[in-house]
Amino acid sequence: MNQEKRESLFSKKYLKLLKKPLNLNNPISVQVLGICSALAVTVQMKPAIVMALSVTVVTGFSCLIISSIRNTIAPNIRIIVQLMVVAALVIIVDQILKAFVYDVSKKLSVYVGLIITNCIILGRVEAFAMGNKPWASFIDGIGNGFGYGLVLIIVSFFRELLGSGKILGHQVIPKALYNAGYINNGLMILPPMALIIIGVIIWIQRSKNPELIDKG
Amino acid sequence: MENFNLFIRSIFIDNMIFAYFLGMCSFLAVSKTVKTSIGLGIAVVFVLLITAPVNWLVDTYLLKPGALKWMGENFKDIDLSYLSFIIFIAVIAAIVQLVEMVIEKFSPPLYNALGIFLPLIAVNCAILAVALFIQDREYSTIGEVMAYAGGSGIGWMLAIVSMAAIREKIRYSNIPRPLKGLGITFILTGLMAIAFMSFMGIKI
Repeated sequence: MNQEKRESLFSKKYLKLLKKPLNLNNPISVQVLGICSALAVTVQMKPAIVMALSVTVVTGFSCLIISSIRNTIAPNIRIIVQLMVVAALVIIVDQILKAFVYDVSKKLSVYVGLIITNCIILGRVEAFAMGNKPWASFIDGIGNGFGYGLVLIIVSFFRELLGSGKILGHQVIPKALYNAGYINNGLMILPPMALIIIGVIIWIQRSKNPELIDKG
Repeated sequence: MENFNLFIRSIFIDNMIFAYFLGMCSFLAVSKTVKTSIGLGIAVVFVLLITAPVNWLVDTYLLKPGALKWMGENFKDIDLSYLSFIIFIAVIAAIVQLVEMVIEKFSPPLYNALGIFLPLIAVNCAILAVALFIQDREYSTIGEVMAYAGGSGIGWMLAIVSMAAIREKIRYSNIPRPLKGLGITFILTGLMAIAFMSFMGIKI
């Protein structure tokens, strides 16, 4: 116990907590959490980035708060307590988004509210924050938020590039290419493609890391 | 007629999973066998049919701008809608915990089969999303609310049961190893979503 206290705030152990969710323990492609509220916001990159940031902030702080009060929560009402903390944080994020980036907040519509039920947050709070110290939980939450954001940004990058020829709203595929007969892939804008892209990401990731392959 | 139309629409066209990706976590994790997925599907429909009207009543009589008029003239300017997330999720979590206790008491096999996913119904995005969509689209009668909630729940159940049926069969197929399990499930869901898009434009 004492040894842990002397560790610096960014020791190896914490960096590992931060890095692991980016690839080997990615919340979306390995833990299968938090797919729910996110795929519909990946048509363009801007809402995807805003969403990723919001989820990271909410995950980090809810892990921090829950972990600090974990010894006072009665086990049979813990889910309600956890949801209350998360919901309060989401309301704050929602009000901030409405104040500063109103157009993006309109585009995200109910999906901001759905961060509350994003399984990443509840999953990390249940699995990690309930049994670990506040700072480690905070880092774990932030790391998982980044892992989630990474997938979100990759998916939205391909969907925006191939679906409308833009990145972050700027035209990147030159006019000349369109004149030569190139057409935007309309299918990319439709919801099903997000699922298929994630399927392909999982495929690539697992062929690189064979230890992740499902058994049976 | 209007309500029936809404009911059919929310099953097929605005399907919770294929059009909005809601409730994906439990959809992916529980759709391994048809039997458990039917159990979870029924649980979701049941919880939706209780929570959606309750949340709608709360929204109409407590949260909407001007909803507190019944308390007197002084309260008619109060707008509590910023509290809606926290109130909705509290109502849902409380009801789910109640349902959990009831199932544990009366049907232990179902309770064992659903395992960890029963508490996770509380965080099944589909449940909160129905409450938020009802608020967002301003459904105004209890009939509309029930039709929408029932339709969404049945649509979700339809999706998870058919996915489970496909996954039971696909176990015997020869898929590239890295794609096995999760990967192929995502791609299948995508293909099913494309199939469901053919319902678009149908009017009753």
